[in-house]
Amino acid sequence: MVTIVGSAAVLERGDPMAEGSVEQAHVQAPPEGFLRRYVFSLDHKVIGKQYYGLALASVFTGMLLSWLMRIHLVWPAARIPGLELLSKGGAPGGIITPEYYLSLLTMHGTLMVFFVLTNAPFAAFGNYFLPIQIGAEDMAFPRFNMMSFWTTFAAWLVLMLAFFIPDGPPISGWTSYAPLSAVGRDAGPGMEYGMSLWGISIALFCIGSLLGALNFIATTLDLRARGMTLMRMPLSTWAWFITSCIALLAFAVLLPACILLILDRHAGTSFFIPAGLVISDRVQPHAGGSPLLWQHLFWFFGHPEVYIAILPSMGIISHILVNSLRKPLLSHKVVIYSMMSIGFLSYMVWGHHMFLSGMNPTSALAFSFPTLTITIPATVLVLIWLGSLYGARIQINSASLFALGFISMFVAGGVSGFFLAQPSIDIYLHATYFVVGHFHMVMGVASLFGVFAGTYFWFSKMTGRMMDETLGKLHFWITFIGTYCIFMPFHYLGLIGNVRRYQSFVDDFMAPYIGWHKFITVCALLTGAGQLIFLYNLIYSRFKGKPAAENPWNATSLEWSIPSPPPWNNFGGKHPVVYHDPYQYGVKGSKGDFVMQDSPEQVIVSGD
Amino acid sequence: MSFTIATPANPHAAALHQAKRNSVVLTTRHDRASRSGIWVGLFAITMSFAAFSSALFVREGTTDWTHIVLPSVLYLNTSILLASSATLEVARRLLAASWPFASRGAHRAGAWVFLTLLLGLAFCVGQFAAWRDLRAQGIYLATSPNSSFFYLLTLIHALHVFAGIAALVYLAGRLTAGHSALRRSLFENTAIYWHFMSVLWVYLFLLCRMKL
Repeated sequence: MVTIVGSAAVLERGDPMAEGSVEQAHVQAPPEGFLRRYVFSLDHKVIGKQYYGLALASVFTGMLLSWLMRIHLVWPAARIPGLELLSKGGAPGGIITPEYYLSLLTMHGTLMVFFVLTNAPFAAFGNYFLPIQIGAEDMAFPRFNMMSFWTTFAAWLVLMLAFFIPDGPPISGWTSYAPLSAVGRDAGPGMEYGMSLWGISIALFCIGSLLGALNFIATTLDLRARGMTLMRMPLSTWAWFITSCIALLAFAVLLPACILLILDRHAGTSFFIPAGLVISDRVQPHAGGSPLLWQHLFWFFGHPEVYIAILPSMGIISHILVNSLRKPLLSHKVVIYSMMSIGFLSYMVWGHHMFLSGMNPTSALAFSFPTLTITIPATVLVLIWLGSLYGARIQINSASLFALGFISMFVAGGVSGFFLAQPSIDIYLHATYFVVGHFHMVMGVASLFGVFAGTYFWFSKMTGRMMDETLGKLHFWITFIGTYCIFMPFHYLGLIGNVRRYQSFVDDFMAPYIGWHKFITVCALLTGAGQLIFLYNLIYSRFKGKPAAENPWNATSLEWSIPSPPPWNNFGGKHPVVYHDPYQYGVKGSKGDFVMQDSPEQVIVSGD
Repeated sequence: MSFTIATPANPHAAALHQAKRNSVVLTTRHDRASRSGIWVGLFAITMSFAAFSSALFVREGTTDWTHIVLPSVLYLNTSILLASSATLEVARRLLAASWPFASRGAHRAGAWVFLTLLLGLAFCVGQFAAWRDLRAQGIYLATSPNSSFFYLLTLIHALHVFAGIAALVYLAGRLTAGHSALRRSLFENTAIYWHFMSVLWVYLFLLCRMKL
């Protein structure tokens, strides 16, 4: 028996041909010249790749820093050849000082959170694929888009500059808590100029992200192709859209916070510095400020930032998972509504970072409740992914492995969130390795798994060549096992009482557990080295990989309806018309078990 | 060169109607995108000032908050900025009434835009005068938390006004050259932005004035 579930005749907005033909006349000249094409490009695809490149440079720098930290933790006297060239004061004779450990920690966190977890899944893939997936020629404001990347790049340069000034990078951690971040030199090495560079860098990053978010929102709302209703957008596009709404609010608050911080540091104001503060035996010449104010402003950004990192990866892996399952997810709409609820709730939970800040205990309870509530949409998502796996004949490749790995990381890292969300338990676990293990898995590695999955999936579209699957699978297993080996012991160490940000545990009560730390360090070195396989695969496949077809995964969304790599104007001057929901898999189509979104054929589901 | 006639009421029908009549290249989707863009941008600006406001409320609750007497020139500045909003609205309506046929309307609108521009500059000069007034009293950025917020909020507002002035300079130039060189959506969006700056200023002024 044959059932017709979708009809090509259904179009939401007017006659497609009338508008299509009018707009086809709108032809622009392709960009010319090296600078316009590859450097100051207005093309969203080039900008997406630039973001990817920046994230790649940042992630390997950040990884190198984590190696140095791990080595110092277990072998504090180890000499790292050449490090003294980078910082004479921080690593005399190549041996890391306690203060320099904190510098490395700050730079690791800042690079990873801002320049990797925000840039790679959101800005890089979002820029490249959002316009294509909705059938647009480019972003709504290509010039803002270019400015957005170059502002972010300037932010990166300013941050990296901190390594090369005599003062060194700041030691305040990526959260830069006031008042120590606001008082300057007395707070320690790196806090005089390095900290200012941090503030300027993050302020610039905010501006770049705001421009980007504005572009994503306007593009999604108004540049969709004929027939591309909001509910017909792929889940990845939905995730980028929701993320850009979150980013717009979050970065608009972090920017004022950075401005206030810079003023406190350089203009003598006292927004964050209380009266009578003595640091390094000096009374600070400020009065009346509130250190808690910085925490409120920072975490009002900081918690949504967690979702800025994870939501795009959720969208990416959903998009890839549907393709590998060859059947739709249990519900398209519930995934979207769950992501929306997560985005909405992410604004009501920032206080759970501040249970021990001296905030009113009643407000701790008030923040605990929405924090526990946010697990509901997150759990719904996980159930939908797992439920959709049931009975599906999943196609295993590097992309789908990383998508499955994402679910694993998200669940394993997320479960510890239940503990931390409750103030009574958090009193014990606050600022321990339990927290570090939690957020590295659920926000850091899970989000990166989304990036890896996206890379293996979309590389063929972006470059016209396939990545090597054998190396990809090897990379997956090393990363997957390595991550558990690194971050699971973090939880146990945290429960024992291992405090984060301490540079050495050798002579402390932690001494009996130094073996665990050594195990983690070795795993971190090996897992990190495993990432070189990915880097090799990326570079090798870019030049020598197997040429990719237009639609190597038999996928349905619009990015697979155009050549690999796409021409500069995406659809060759034509405006695609969309006839179907994004994931018509498991149907009888003319090309196989799928029907593409822009295919006018009827969707026929075979049943019995 | 591009024309647009999209009205907020029914952009799509109006666009198709115009397409049949003029058979010119339409960029209606991009016009709608820039309309969304301006509102989204204003939303982000609102959020930033909400963050500054909450910082101000927190700071006001601490012990060393002292009130400063704001310079009286600010009342004049407020009137000037509100007047500039009115003149820009006149220009917008003139242009809307004459679009897309008469060029005389464009020239008259251009004159009103020019007047708006002068008023906008006068506002900035007035804000500067207010700063000089405070300085003369020995009140600087770091003198008290209240003065910190006053200088900061007025400066950031003024930076946003400068962006509006840049757009007005562009519009005035284009209108003098005739309306066909102008994207109407750009004009509409500049007007929205400029009105927003007026409203924002009234809010900030009240915020700095009030004694909690």
